[in-house]
Parts: sequence; structure tokens; C-alpha cells
Amino acid sequence: MSAVHVPAPAPQATPQEIPLRKTPKSSEAGRAQSRGGRRALGILAVVLAVLWVFPIYWMINSAFLPLNKLQTPDPTFFPLGGTLSNFRRVLDDPTFWAAMRISLAVVVIVLVAALIFAFLAALAVSRFRFRGRKGFILTILVVQMIPAEGLFISQYQMLDGWNLVNKVAGLALVYTAAILPFTIWMLRGFVAGVPIELEEAGMVDGLSRTAAFFRITFPLLAPGLVAAGVYGFLQAWNEYTLALVVMTDPTQRTLPLWLQGLVESNRATDWGVVMAGSALIAIPVIVFFLFVQNKMTSGLVAGAVKG
Amino acid sequence: MAASAPALQQDDVAVAFPRRRRRKLGVYGLLVPAAVLMGVALGYPLIRQFVISFQEYGLRQQFGQPAEWVGLQNYTDLLTDPYVWAVIGRSIAFCLVNAAVTMLIGIAFAVLMSRIGTASRITLQVSLLLAWGTPVLASMTVWQWLFDSQYGVINWVLSNVFGIDSMAGHSWIIQPLSFYFVATVIVVWMSVPFVAFSVYAGLLQVPEETMEAAQLDGASSRQRFWNITMPMIRPVLSIVLLLQVIWDLKVFTQIYVLQRAGAPTRETNLLGTLIYSYAKEFSLAGALATIMLVLTLALTGFYIRQMLKEDEL
Repeated sequence: MSAVHVPAPAPQATPQEIPLRKTPKSSEAGRAQSRGGRRALGILAVVLAVLWVFPIYWMINSAFLPLNKLQTPDPTFFPLGGTLSNFRRVLDDPTFWAAMRISLAVVVIVLVAALIFAFLAALAVSRFRFRGRKGFILTILVVQMIPAEGLFISQYQMLDGWNLVNKVAGLALVYTAAILPFTIWMLRGFVAGVPIELEEAGMVDGLSRTAAFFRITFPLLAPGLVAAGVYGFLQAWNEYTLALVVMTDPTQRTLPLWLQGLVESNRATDWGVVMAGSALIAIPVIVFFLFVQNKMTSGLVAGAVKG
Repeated sequence: MAASAPALQQDDVAVAFPRRRRRKLGVYGLLVPAAVLMGVALGYPLIRQFVISFQEYGLRQQFGQPAEWVGLQNYTDLLTDPYVWAVIGRSIAFCLVNAAVTMLIGIAFAVLMSRIGTASRITLQVSLLLAWGTPVLASMTVWQWLFDSQYGVINWVLSNVFGIDSMAGHSWIIQPLSFYFVATVIVVWMSVPFVAFSVYAGLLQVPEETMEAAQLDGASSRQRFWNITMPMIRPVLSIVLLLQVIWDLKVFTQIYVLQRAGAPTRETNLLGTLIYSYAKEFSLAGALATIMLVLTLALTGFYIRQMLKEDEL
């Protein structure tokens, strides 16, 4: 929801309020026209919003519909007289819970490892100056440009050599490495955003540097760590390609692989169950996402505008 | 990478903090875990794949036979195969079309958001966020259902609302061109929110005074948009475009899932899925992945250089 709190943009409203020297029409007519235009644009925006959200609405709608309402010549647009049986079938499926366990295990390992390692690295590059600092920053910038899909064959071979294929630890290893660069970028911004003077003040009052850091700066970094954590959660929870390559054993599926399996066994037979499965995987993610996305876009753009 | 931007300015202040020599080794200690992990799981595979691309490395080598050096053999094999060129061409076309369409719609949405009332803006933003936040696989399944030939709502709308009778029971993914159309719709649907939000955040940072000054000088709203707003948000646009090109060139999941839904694989392969199909011939996969990396750098190199020049890290 956070994106919604972005301050309202005034610029487009103001121009019409200043009478232009060279405007042919009277300022009043111009204002009326702009108000009408604004309303038309507003309606256009709502239409586009409905269009964009329709697939998600359709997922939820279909998830509540029984088979005989899905396979009809005319689609059912509202889940009136709907059923929970699709959801029940997914929740009663032991393979769903097995995939859930694998996904949760991977996500927890990835989050803990990525947050600790990225935090230490972010601390180093934003609080100290040392030989190789620029090189390190440049490396994590460039690493993000490497098409990960080009690496998966050799990553598979590497994990295979260490007997880590089809293992939670193996998948967690490649995931952690994949999200570390962006997580370091993100945390680096947050660490640099806490003024060093606060720590210095603590040290003047007799704290050691480490104590000053943990008692003063660390608590201020909590929002950054939460944002980075949610980012990592989303990546690890949603990832499909590497999981497809690494987790080849059907009993070791993560949730996205499980969903693809569900689609392939139910295609053209029962879309309701597939939609219920999709919705169950998507809803927790959407909730987390709405919660964090503001931090991610504002971090992306802040300072990137010339002014 | 973009999250760095805010840090850049504060950095100089932060690093000016007095440091003591004996702490120096400790600093590297902080970097070691992250550096080792990235080195092992990203750096090593990258180098290994590069090395293998100059070797003969297939199934036999996987079972212990030593790999032979074959020089550029794998590259010449690939680059003399007209099919590989066709896939490279398709990938570039797919990437450019998708990046362009995503950018245009995304920018249009951002400009729209900056010109409408709060209520309609929030409606549009929430809708985009929902599309953005949905996991790729969940989105893919919904889109397959929407485009389903028999009971899909898209065919129903086209045949019953727009009266195109031939669309009833139409299969979208059998023909390559229509397959890419579906893939484009899905990729654009997923990518537009990111572009729209980033550009909108950029638009908010354009100082109002500048716009007012230009207006007083008699600049029309079109002139203000093209001569002031666009140049000012150019850095945002280039970051976003760069990311779109990188992402759209290596697109895999969407194509792979649609292929599994019953599309002819050979006619619809892009680079990502072609590399995946070489899973048993590591050296070819390695060579093609290297070609893809070079292609990415060729398409984005100019931008990367420019961004590096502007950011002083």
C-alpha cells in the first residue's frame, strides 16, 4: 500500500492557475477545459486499472467456481454460489504441503544468510574506505547485469559435483548468491543514510565504536533490514528457473515447481484447482509486496533525477 | 544497482570518518562472507562455463572422461547453424519490441498518474501493484487460463462481444507469431508496473519552480514535457530501459511455461530456452551462454558506460 503515500503531484494542476500572457483563450475557459480533461483522464485511469487487475480478479473468481461453471460456453463473471472445494482440494494435497516445507526452508536459509552477509558487506563499503572498495562496488554492479539464465548449466554442474542437487542447501546457496548483490546495494544506501555523527556522539559519551554502532546505528537500520528481507523473501519464494534446474526430483519441488506440475496434470480438465493453487501461493506474496514496494522504488529513483 | 543512487552523495561524508590502521584488516573480514559466497556460486560457474565453451564436454565427460580442448569449435558450430541465428534474431526482436512497448506504456501510465486526481491515481496504483506482486508462475497459470482455447475468457470476449466468430476455440500458442504475441502481452503486463512506478517517482522529483518558470516564458505544455520533463527524468529512463533490455533478452520462464502448454518448441525457442535445451551438451550451452552475455553487453554497453561515467561510485 505504501506507494499510495507518495505525496500528491501538484505540478499539472498549477499551470492553469497562473494566467498566461500569450494564451488565446480566457483563463477561465482554459481552467474549465482542464478540469474536464482531468476528469476524462481519471476515468481512463480507472478503466486501465480494471483492465490491468482483471487477470488477478479472474484467478480469484475462477478459484471459487465449481467445474460445471468453468467449463461452460459463457464464462461466469462473479463467483456467486461459489465453492471452497477447489481450495480444499489443494489444502488436502500432501504434495502442496511438501512443496511448502521445501519453499519455507529455502526462504529461511536464504534470508538469514543473505541479510547477515549483505549487512556486513554494506557496512564495510559505506563506513570504511579501503583498497579495493571501488572494485567491489563495481563488481556487484556488473554482477547484476549478467544474465542468470546463462549460468544455470554450470551452476547445476557445480552443485552436482558437491552432491547438492535436489538439496535445499544447494538451492539456497545459488539463491543467496543471486540476491546478495542487490541486497548489498540496498543496505548500503540505508547504512549511509544514518549520520555517522550519531555514532560519534555516542563515542564521545564513552561508548566503544562497536557498542556505539550496535546501540545507536543498528536500531535505525531496522526498516532497511526489513525491506531487504522482504525483497529476499519475494525472490526466493517466486523463483522458478533455478529451481527447475536444481530440484529435478519431484519430491523436492518448491512451490512454483509444484504449481507448474499442478497445471500440467490439470490442464483443460480443472482450472479451478489450478487457480486456487495459484491464489494460495500469490496472496501471501502480494501482501508482503504491497508492504515493501515503496522502499524499493524510492530507493531506485532517489537521486537519479538531475535537478 | 539503483538503490545505490541515494548512497552516492552521502558516501563521501560517511567514509571521512576517522579510521585506525589496525581496523583495516577487520574491514576485509566484513567483506569476506559475501565475497566468498558470490565468488563460489556466481563467479566460479561463470568462469567454468566460459572455459567449458572451449572444450568438448558432453555426457561422456560427465561420467569422468577428460574434456578435450577444441578451441573455437563450439562457437563455430553454433554460429554456422542458421537455426541459432534465427533464434538470436528472434530474441533480439522480442527483446526490443517488449522493452519498447513496456517503456511506452509505462511512461504513459506514469504521466497519467501525475495528471489525475488522488482517487483514480490510487486505483491505478493498487491495480499495478497487484500485477507486479503476483509470483511469475501464478501469473503464468492465470494467463494460460485466460488464453485457453476452449473456455478462455479472451476467446469468449473476441467471439461474443466483438463478434469475431473465428476466435471461438482459437488456439493462441500454435502459431509462432501468435505465440510471441501472447508472450509479449504477459511480459508487458508484468513489467509495466515497475516502469510506471519508477518513472512516476522520477516525475515527482522534477522541481515545480522550473516548470513554472518555463511556463512564464511561454513554453507550451508539450514543449515543457519534451524539453524539461523528459531531459530531467532521463537518468531514470535509462536505468529502467537498461533493466528492461537485460530482462527481456534473457526471458525464460514465460517462454518455457508457454511451450510446456503445447506450443511447438523449435519454432518458439528464444535464447534462454535454447540454452536450456542444450542441457546435455554443456559445451554448447556454455558457448551459447557466452554469446548471450556478449549480446547483452553489446545491447547495453553504451548505457552501462554512460551510467558509470555519471555515477562516481
